[in-house]
Amino acid sequence: MISSDISTVLPEIVLAVFAMGALMFAVYTGKDKTAPMILWLTAMVLAGIGIWVAISGNGSRVAFGGAFVDDAFSRYAKVIILLSASAILLMSQDYMTKRGLMLFEFPILVALAVVGMMMMVSAGDLMALYMGLELQSLSLYVVAALRRDSVKSTEAGLKYFVLGALSSGLLLYGASLTYGFAGTTLFSGIITTVEAGHVPLGMLFGLVFIAAGLAFKVSAAPFHMWTPDVYEGSPTPVTAFFATAPKIAAMGLFARVLYDAFGNAVADWSQILAFLSVASMFLGAVAAIGQRNIKRLMAYSSIAHMGFALMGLASGTVFGVQAMLVYMAIYVTMNIGTFAFILSMEKDGQPVTDIDSLNMYSKHDPLRAVAMMVLLFSLAGVPPLVGFFGKYYVLLAAVQAGMSWLAIAGVVASVIGAFYYLRIVYFMYFGEEGDMLDKAKSPILWGFLMASAAIMVVGVVNLFGIEGFAAAAAETLVR
Amino acid sequence: MTLTAFAFYVFAITVVTSGLFVVVSKNPVHSVLWLILSFLSSAGLFVLLGAEFVAMLLVIVYVGAVAVLFLFVVMMLDVDFAELKAEMAKYVPLALLIGVVLLMQLGMVLGTWTSSEAAMDLRGAVAPAIEGTHNTAALGRLIYDDYIYLFQAAGLILLVAMIGAIVLTLRHRPNIKRQNVMAQMHRDPAKAMELKDMKPGQGL
Amino acid sequence: METIILFAPLVGAIIGGFGWRIIGEKGAMILTTGLLFLAAFLSWIVFLGFDGETQQIHIMRWIESGTLSTDWAIRLDRLTATMLIVVTTVSSLVHLYSFGYMDNDPQWKEGESYKPRFFAYLSFFTFAMLMLVTADNLVQMFFGWEGVGVASYLLIGFYYRKPSANAAAIKAFVVNRVGDFGFALGIFGLFFLVDSIRLEDVFAAGPMLADTTLHFLWTDWNAANLLCFLLFVGAMGKSAQLFLHTWLPDAMEGPTPVSALIHAATMVTAGVFLVCRMSPIMEYAPAATTFIVIIGASTAFFAATVGLVQNDIKRVIAYSTCSQLGYMFVAAGVGVYSAAMFHLLTHAFFKASLFLCAGSVIHAMHHEQDMRNYGGLRKKIPYTYWAMMIGTLAITGVGIPLTTIGFAGFLSKDAIIESAFGAHSAAGNYAFWMLVIAAGMTSFYSWRLMFMTFFGEARGDKHTHDHAHESPMTMLIPLGVLSIGAVFAGMVWYGSFFGDHDQVNEFYGAPTHEVAMAEGGHGEDATDTSHGEATTETADHGTAATTESHDETATADTGHGDDALADAGHAMATAPVGAVFTHPDNHVMDNAHHAPNWVKVSPFIAMVLGLGLAYLFYIVNPSLPRRLAESQRPAYLFLLNKWYFDEAYDFLFVRSAKALGRFLWKRGDGNIIDGTLNGVAMGIIPFFTRLAGRAQSGYLFHYAFAMVIGIVILVTWMTISGGAE
Repeated sequence: MISSDISTVLPEIVLAVFAMGALMFAVYTGKDKTAPMILWLTAMVLAGIGIWVAISGNGSRVAFGGAFVDDAFSRYAKVIILLSASAILLMSQDYMTKRGLMLFEFPILVALAVVGMMMMVSAGDLMALYMGLELQSLSLYVVAALRRDSVKSTEAGLKYFVLGALSSGLLLYGASLTYGFAGTTLFSGIITTVEAGHVPLGMLFGLVFIAAGLAFKVSAAPFHMWTPDVYEGSPTPVTAFFATAPKIAAMGLFARVLYDAFGNAVADWSQILAFLSVASMFLGAVAAIGQRNIKRLMAYSSIAHMGFALMGLASGTVFGVQAMLVYMAIYVTMNIGTFAFILSMEKDGQPVTDIDSLNMYSKHDPLRAVAMMVLLFSLAGVPPLVGFFGKYYVLLAAVQAGMSWLAIAGVVASVIGAFYYLRIVYFMYFGEEGDMLDKAKSPILWGFLMASAAIMVVGVVNLFGIEGFAAAAAETLVR
Repeated sequence: MTLTAFAFYVFAITVVTSGLFVVVSKNPVHSVLWLILSFLSSAGLFVLLGAEFVAMLLVIVYVGAVAVLFLFVVMMLDVDFAELKAEMAKYVPLALLIGVVLLMQLGMVLGTWTSSEAAMDLRGAVAPAIEGTHNTAALGRLIYDDYIYLFQAAGLILLVAMIGAIVLTLRHRPNIKRQNVMAQMHRDPAKAMELKDMKPGQGL
Repeated sequence: METIILFAPLVGAIIGGFGWRIIGEKGAMILTTGLLFLAAFLSWIVFLGFDGETQQIHIMRWIESGTLSTDWAIRLDRLTATMLIVVTTVSSLVHLYSFGYMDNDPQWKEGESYKPRFFAYLSFFTFAMLMLVTADNLVQMFFGWEGVGVASYLLIGFYYRKPSANAAAIKAFVVNRVGDFGFALGIFGLFFLVDSIRLEDVFAAGPMLADTTLHFLWTDWNAANLLCFLLFVGAMGKSAQLFLHTWLPDAMEGPTPVSALIHAATMVTAGVFLVCRMSPIMEYAPAATTFIVIIGASTAFFAATVGLVQNDIKRVIAYSTCSQLGYMFVAAGVGVYSAAMFHLLTHAFFKASLFLCAGSVIHAMHHEQDMRNYGGLRKKIPYTYWAMMIGTLAITGVGIPLTTIGFAGFLSKDAIIESAFGAHSAAGNYAFWMLVIAAGMTSFYSWRLMFMTFFGEARGDKHTHDHAHESPMTMLIPLGVLSIGAVFAGMVWYGSFFGDHDQVNEFYGAPTHEVAMAEGGHGEDATDTSHGEATTETADHGTAATTESHDETATADTGHGDDALADAGHAMATAPVGAVFTHPDNHVMDNAHHAPNWVKVSPFIAMVLGLGLAYLFYIVNPSLPRRLAESQRPAYLFLLNKWYFDEAYDFLFVRSAKALGRFLWKRGDGNIIDGTLNGVAMGIIPFFTRLAGRAQSGYLFHYAFAMVIGIVILVTWMTISGGAE
């Protein structure tokens, strides 16, 4: 019994044990001098576990009486989480070292956050859900405030913490209501107590509060307010991390709760999600127009993108979940590339985040400008780049589910949103001559930027077969 | 009304009232004191439920440690709560309105509250049989056996909290005098000091 | 062979147009012209060797969509063969002529290369025209139809530095668009009802269409009438018939060879060709054909009146073309398609000849086109003079009355006038009188042109007259060839086109229309009655008798006749055999043959009157025209301004369309569409952006507040909608 449980959660255990071991090692040896080594090691371990998860498991298993679920869906999400976290870690080294932020705790906190995320996407119980969520969130609160002598960074961490606590409160309130009705916290138990089409009001409120708590984590409007401030205030690698792995985890958890626990109330929650989706898409599109800071802009961009991903979920079909999963994978890839670019934006050795500084960047470094342009077009969803297909699938899912109005709203929002992506392209190619950014040197960032841009172009062929995995994952989740 | 019921209502009303005062009292120190009262009342409720161990934990850990810590923190922080409240006061009418709306809706939920038919069975299924099992033992079985996964996860969360606290607050300031215990202990009195005989009334 | 004819001009156009930098200007010109002569040569072989049986030559599959199946094929029958020789002969001669005419064109600067472009356009036009005439289905025909439209546009606007040429090109294109719209609607309608656009299927459906009613524009129509009317609208545009004629005179802005090729001999006759081609359904559309007769006759009359007073040599001929096209439509409208085709053929020769002669005169006079500045050129350019004389004799219809000896125009025009009379209908009578009067006027303005140009005193610039010179051989040879055609084309093919019934039917590969009845029993025992006898027998116009005689003559031929019978019996179930189809009740041609002598002589008399009047006005007493114009000033101005058609159209359509366009542009596009977009993009969205920016205040409690509001919204929504269930 216990051995099979442990073998099921082995990747999580390995990662957690590694994190604790690395912590001990660093504390008792060179402390921050070992940080680069630990960072690389963590990145390798994350990637290694990612590959392990990808090739090992098959079928669906549960452990600890149903609190932990290992199936195609969770593996899909875990692989993306692990690989993106690994990539972000590699990208962050240069930046962190230059800013004196190369603390050995950073990679360890990231690793522990990833453990939390893995627990989230595998959660089979409201309590496991909450534990994973808090493990992840707490780590993120800390890394957000990592630059403790910067007012903005500490403010970001504090805001995130307080609002996160509020959202946790909402989530717990919803969980209590649900438990009150169902008498169990196991998803598999909850679903048996709900009859399709006949959901009592108390349960519905529980659903709303849980959804609100999770919407905070995916930064869907109107629970998004923390996002721009935290993205702006945090050190850029942390922002990059926020924009990628936690979003997958939260979205995966969202899907898991909705289907595993509330799978009989699809009609009810799809309304909630449609509301969140529309609000996020429009807010993300409209508010980003006013931004001059590229990190804030990316915050709104991620809000808008979450709106699109939620659209796939809102359609309440297998294809919708598949579309959401494909969308998230594409979104993460685009963001890694974009942040690789943002991380390399420096002037006189200091990081800059003002989009005006990109004036005529194309003359300065044509290749990177082209790569960035491809990524921005992809983010905007311009065909034939991969970003377009992500949007296309979620729109298709919405239309197939009879929610054409949602799809139309999505199209309108994406048209509005295209403006601010294209404005960056405008600055890069047609802006005024101004002070130039420093020549970017880091080969790692260059590599990630180019790889990401290349994927946006080459992936058009078959999206690297990710649809098949997403379809299998969606199939196991929706059944 | 039995004694138990009477005790329940006393404790419950105290919990709610003190909870309210935690929020509304002007002086943060008073808030913490109200919080301690609500903890104590909750402990009473646990006793009524027959969960003595949890009740004791609540008193010892929360009241004895956590709340006192809170008290110190609040007293040491120099936050002008009055100013904050003044800023927030602008929104009170709107907030009240929304609060009332929310309250009414939650009232509706309460009014139409139903539990699932299977709820009682499901609830009982996880708990060990009440007869013959000691309270603490049952708790131990749940925590260390059934919910070991969650327990370990909670441990990780605490670890993260600890790391976070250290990362965010620990500073290695140079040029500050620090106490080195080992150095102190290994100090040889013979080398450290020199004994001189002094005659009374004379200078050195 | 037919494929070579069709594609030789295209090959020439492509190589000449795109490859002249490699093969040189001269090379491009020689190549295009050579290929055209090859095509012309082959066309004559096809025409002379053609036995009258319809052939289909499949080239390739083109469009397939649902039940719409369009193959690219050549339909070779007598109509096609006739058009082939007309198009390729005139085109090749015009190519040759252009060697001389386009040399040292003053419109172009020294060293500018324009000739290969010109020749490529000409060849492209020829290809498109051949596409049109060889089409086996309506879509292919429409392709050619539009192709010639494009070529016409390019060639009218060839002098693109002249604003007037550009305006004329656009006018031609736009006016043609009106007609093409009708044509396209007709094709759609046919496809809608017949479910095929292959000519075979469409022809077979003629009787069916006559019994079908179609609801269109809130009214019920007879399908055959409506569709024929729509097709004729297309023909009206292309052939410059009344109301859609305004572009043709303006098209004279193009180089003169273009006028000769496109606006006299070939493209403008496409409308006539279309009506003849669609004869199997035209025959079932009495109302539409009546309309055709009236429009044709009116155009003939109207254009002739305008031609009387024009001073630009090319415009006179242009109006003359317009008028002659009216003649052809009258013939087609009354059901004597062969006469229409006959006039088309002869007209192609003499009108092309006239245009090329005019070009030669213009060339000689250094691009002076006003006849008032001509005079006394007979001696200066004798070859041109004689060629033009032949053309004039042909167009005015000089010949020996009551015989079949005369210039080409004499035979074909008289055939039409007799046919109009033979229709025995109100429209036919109207047409008859109109055409006779028009014939008189034709004679007047043609001779007026001759007299003003070649006789009398030299007027205008002295220097120009002194340097007037005969054109080079490249221009004179085409004149000679066309003159031969103008003289003999009528006499040679009179029998084939307008002879007795057998001859015509055999020529067109059509069984006489009574075959279906003849099958009953007349088939084998029919005596070999010559049609000549039948003609005399039925001189009293007895309809019944005529029918009977035709029953007998139907299968008169031995050998070939039997074959035709067999074929016909088989084919009647599907489509009428032969190039043109005449309804069993259609006896107009016979009636025409039996017209009274006064009818047959009347055009000749009109011609002589016109000649006399012209002689009086321009040779005997040259001051007479001026005095007449002054005394009858309103009438003169009315004619000079072409009945004020352009002005009326300008007022009715151009200005109102411009006003509507301006309204839509300024108000619709500028204010509403741009305004909305700008308002949304620059007003509403930035407003929301500012709003979102202000909401992002940085205060924690604002953020928390937003979350609570979100929760309240969701909870309220759930209470109202979800909870109710």
